[in-house]
Amino acid sequence: MLTRDVRDARATHDVDLATLEAGLDALEQAEPTTSRRARLWAATWPKLVAVGLVLLFWQVVVWTGWKPQWVLPGPAKVFSRLWDDLVHGTLLDATWVTLRRAFSDFAIALVIGVVLGIAVARSRILRSAIGSMVTGLQTMPSIAWFPLAIVLFQPSETAVLFVVILGAAPSIANGIVAGVDHTPPVLVRAGRVLGATGFASIRHVMLPAALPSFVSGLKQGWAFAWRSLMAGEIIAVIAHANSLGVRLDTARQNFDNEGLMATMIVIFVIGVVIDALIFGKLETAVRRRYGLVDAAADA
Amino acid sequence: MTAVALHNVSKRFGNLLALDDVTLDVGSGELVCLIGASGCGKSTLLNLVAGLDRPTRGVLQVAAERPALLFQEAALFPWLTARGNVELPLKLRGVGRAERRAEAERLLATVRLEGNEARRPHELSGGMRQRVALARALAQRPELLLMDEPFGALDAMTRDVLHDELERLWQQTGVTIMFVTHNVREAVRLGDRVVLLSSRPGRVVDETVVDVPRPRRIESHAVADRAAELTTRLREEVSRHAHA
Repeated sequence: MLTRDVRDARATHDVDLATLEAGLDALEQAEPTTSRRARLWAATWPKLVAVGLVLLFWQVVVWTGWKPQWVLPGPAKVFSRLWDDLVHGTLLDATWVTLRRAFSDFAIALVIGVVLGIAVARSRILRSAIGSMVTGLQTMPSIAWFPLAIVLFQPSETAVLFVVILGAAPSIANGIVAGVDHTPPVLVRAGRVLGATGFASIRHVMLPAALPSFVSGLKQGWAFAWRSLMAGEIIAVIAHANSLGVRLDTARQNFDNEGLMATMIVIFVIGVVIDALIFGKLETAVRRRYGLVDAAADA
Repeated sequence: MTAVALHNVSKRFGNLLALDDVTLDVGSGELVCLIGASGCGKSTLLNLVAGLDRPTRGVLQVAAERPALLFQEAALFPWLTARGNVELPLKLRGVGRAERRAEAERLLATVRLEGNEARRPHELSGGMRQRVALARALAQRPELLLMDEPFGALDAMTRDVLHDELERLWQQTGVTIMFVTHNVREAVRLGDRVVLLSSRPGRVVDETVVDVPRPRRIESHAVADRAAELTTRLREEVSRHAHA
């Protein structure tokens, strides 16, 4: 019996190793996390409650009679006006004009930001020359650019584009620079050993490593672009075109406060939807893919 | 056949002499372990052999085309799956998609990670990550494998398993291995030969052929005895610095 055990032990040495290894692997696997639906609900209900509380607060202020109803209309009136404007009015057209402008301007800012970011990240001279200037540009309130933009380009789409680029491109460029800077040196070294040098190192190591930071830069850039665009549509009014900013200004001039607030709701919703649902989801997806978030901790 | 030959190799970084007059031959298919305390220039030596740095003086000959290098960190690319990581060196060499996929899966099976191909590094344990790194290194078809304390960050049991695994792969592939560690037992467990380096500057002070038959066990008396002798030598070396 004993001799047989010994012989078996020798013969199955390799099998034992495989089993032992499989056991260790299984023990060290992450536990399965909660279901997708449960996570979605956990992330959603506090937001719904918050929206409900804001609407309630708004209604209470209206009930106190602090301002006459034509100055500060209640939620019911504003939402029914919103419905009318969307279905029977021109609010949808205005939204479309503004969104198209937002996307095309942001796309141009994106291209400029990416080129600028890669250039600054790769060139020591460019970095010391304009690196801190790019960061400085971010702190400049976009509205402060408009007087100059109007002087240069008259009140026009170009003036708005100019300000949107100045708002968004630095954030996008900074995202790339930060990402490349924070590439772990050990990954660059590993890449070199594997044969990734020169352009291959940028393509296979640095740019993928910079992706999470780049996506954060995109998100921030979008926020700047959207604010600049709204300011632009109000200040550098392009009078003949119906846009969200123009509607705000027109409503204010006509004491049409219901219309004013209905348009504001559209602006708010677009901001939230694009920021949270597009860029937020993208950011979370990238971070999760890179193992930068705890699956249980995302919201 | 000599895989790596160093003749009077020195390496200086500014005022710091990291390696001083190191002469060392590593035979083809040999598994040589390098041990030494901090500052013995172990990593510098591997960087030189890997071609990541050049010696200040002396002659260094490496027969292998592109040596593979493993670090203490698995250094896997977090944006790639386990398979993607193993495929990268093949991709960089211009191997076609289908072929490199098949090769990556074969290599992952070699380190017993079948079924984990689509996982990302953060979904794997430390030991599994090192095995992916090992598979990725093997994808380079290296004739020479340089290992810089690759199991230093792992728990003891995982490390023991990986010793068995490495020994098996070494015997299967016939690759030459230079294995740096500060763990004397690990060196005796794995090495055909153990080279002891002094610190500041790094010099070869001792070489021991490990005559313990394989397969070895790290907890065996034979391994422990050899390790004890070497530890004594290492302590003597380190003690010299107390009065320096």
